[in-house]
Amino acid sequence: MEEQTSEKTYRIHLMVCAGTGCVSNNSFAVKDALKEEIKKQGLENEVLVVTTGCNGFCERGPLLVVEPGKIFYQQLTIKDIPHLVEEHFLKGRPVEKLMYSPPEDKTPIPVLNDIAFFKGQVLIALRNRGLIDPEKIDEYIARDGYTGMAKALTEMTAEEVLEEVKQSGLRGRGGGGFPTGLKWEFVRRASTNNGGIKYIVCNGDEGDPGAFMDRSLLEADPHSVIEGMVIGAKAIGAQQGIVYVRNEYPLALKRLNIALDAAREYGLLGENILDSGFDFDIKVTRGAGAFVCGEETALLASIEGRLGEPRPRPPFPAEKGLWGQPTCVNNVETWANIPVIINRGADWYHSIGTETSKGTKVFSLVGKINNTGLVEVPMGISLKEIVYDIGGGIPGGKEFKAVQTGGPSGGCIPKEKIDLPIDYESLSEAGSMMGSGGMVVMDEETCMVDVARYFLSFTQDESCGKCTPCREGTKEMLNILTKITEGKGTEEDLTLLLELAQSIKDSALCGLGNTAPNPVLTTLKYFREEYEAHIKDKKCPAHVCRELNTYTIDEVACVNVGKGCDMCRRNCASDAIVGEKGKAHTVIQDKCIKCGVCYDVCRFGAVKVD
Amino acid sequence: MPKLTLDDLKKLREKARRTTVLREGGDFRAKVTVHMGTCGIAAGARTIMNTFMTEIEEKDIRDVLLTNSGCAGLCSKEPMITVELQGQAPVKYIELTPEKAKDIFDKHVLNGQIVQDYALGIGSEKTDVS
Repeated sequence: MEEQTSEKTYRIHLMVCAGTGCVSNNSFAVKDALKEEIKKQGLENEVLVVTTGCNGFCERGPLLVVEPGKIFYQQLTIKDIPHLVEEHFLKGRPVEKLMYSPPEDKTPIPVLNDIAFFKGQVLIALRNRGLIDPEKIDEYIARDGYTGMAKALTEMTAEEVLEEVKQSGLRGRGGGGFPTGLKWEFVRRASTNNGGIKYIVCNGDEGDPGAFMDRSLLEADPHSVIEGMVIGAKAIGAQQGIVYVRNEYPLALKRLNIALDAAREYGLLGENILDSGFDFDIKVTRGAGAFVCGEETALLASIEGRLGEPRPRPPFPAEKGLWGQPTCVNNVETWANIPVIINRGADWYHSIGTETSKGTKVFSLVGKINNTGLVEVPMGISLKEIVYDIGGGIPGGKEFKAVQTGGPSGGCIPKEKIDLPIDYESLSEAGSMMGSGGMVVMDEETCMVDVARYFLSFTQDESCGKCTPCREGTKEMLNILTKITEGKGTEEDLTLLLELAQSIKDSALCGLGNTAPNPVLTTLKYFREEYEAHIKDKKCPAHVCRELNTYTIDEVACVNVGKGCDMCRRNCASDAIVGEKGKAHTVIQDKCIKCGVCYDVCRFGAVKVD
Repeated sequence: MPKLTLDDLKKLREKARRTTVLREGGDFRAKVTVHMGTCGIAAGARTIMNTFMTEIEEKDIRDVLLTNSGCAGLCSKEPMITVELQGQAPVKYIELTPEKAKDIFDKHVLNGQIVQDYALGIGSEKTDVS
């Protein structure tokens, strides 16, 4: 099919989400079907199909937003397309059944901005979300792209750029929250060795389970990261940039490379950018997916082709980084904020957020939540607003239990603290951390001991093994946690866990080890009674730890309600259920392997778990 | 593509904005709605739509929103359109031909003069029972 061009005038633009979430839900097939049907109905000169980056509402993909008017269609399938094209795009009648209806109220909401998920969000890093085709540089430029860079290169001195970023109050979005302007200043002040050059690096080695902020940003708006890096390079005096992205992100890599080529072709990268006399270029390094490479010294080692292992700091990369030269490492989201700060000014940026945390933060909202997706919210918003207003609450009417933030380095924040404002300080005080922005929601069916065990097994797995506290300490902690989930824990184990946690925190070499005990420490602090139930009563209150469950059958319910349907017996793999059709069934505890199948297949609630 | 200068970048932005402005819910000076119910389409509404598309493109007009909606309820007078200039009451036009559509586009949409000869009336029926 002939490619539609954006040079022509169209009366309708169809913004098809092509973030990884929607792509894996078949959004490219939906896009092709749309194009085909539009042609079939003779609308190809009136309706333009555009592929965009992640729209954010991943839960409901594949997504389509119709412009003008922002009519939001969701969960599209190929068979919906002919009807949709004819009704809406030809006859002008929006199709209600393809619109979003909130779970509690079945009335469809046609316009994107009226949907609660989008309403509470403030977009700075994700400013172009759903509005541009990430593979077309002209569309980025149309949305004021590269004007911040132009301003920095042609109207401002390096000191002025630096001052602007310092004044904005922007802090690192990769987790640590170090003031970005200050870091830049360190690198600017540092001197190069042996006639080398300064480097800036974009850390896109996103590894937290359930986190996809960096990936989505690179997929949806790679130019915002490129532009931010050029501005940073000017402020710092760097000549070479490197984006480190893990190889598991093929779409992000593809779009980033397309963007870099386009920027080079326009002379927005390379020598004498915009006739300003400033030279700067960016290359891409692919990471092999080791979690520890998100740690800046390990990341730099990996770029240099060495084993991705951290080293002690100081010297910090600002002094001795890549190839021993001053290097500035910032996260993807941090870079994406820079162009807007330069464009709209530090004062504007400073006015958003809290006293100590300025601007917005992107979170990937996952776990037991109705609206899974990517959200950008102003700092200071409460956890409650994120979970209930934007996230739409917990599915199935279950009770909210905790939110895990900061990934394996973070901690769990219990429901008592749901009014907590989201900023760097209050999250740290609660024992967790901002991290790069993963937010895993847990409900009453989540066992907190199991959660701690899961995160420990992750860090244990990803530990590079260089230092003993992390290599051996996390292993020992994991062993104890596994023991507890199997019902073999003792009260001394809790003391030992705390002791180990403290000594690992104090002595590990890098951030990965220092923060690895956090999930254990916060769960022990807020959910100690769950640990005690596992140890003293040999029970898992959430019935997650299988070894501790006992399955029984309520004979009255089995016969009276279920008429002895025999489903449990027929599905039992270990012949642990006796009984026959029409009669009461019982579990032979000695034979039961606690797989829980009987519980799942019983439609009459006769199988009980304790 | 030669390297951009600051000036080129500005020009490129202006040019590219013409495409993306449709997505930004910006201020449109005028909105033209072509009624595209089955009755409208049968009476030639698609030709009217195409006429407006061509007019907008040829004259390079960027602040007029062209959209469609369902049957306007007066099937015998199709093809129909509604023209709304910002801050003014909508005007419905009936029994259109491409020539009439061009005329309306020049006079009403671009220059604010209602074309009495083809107009059905000013205003829209109320949709709110209260």
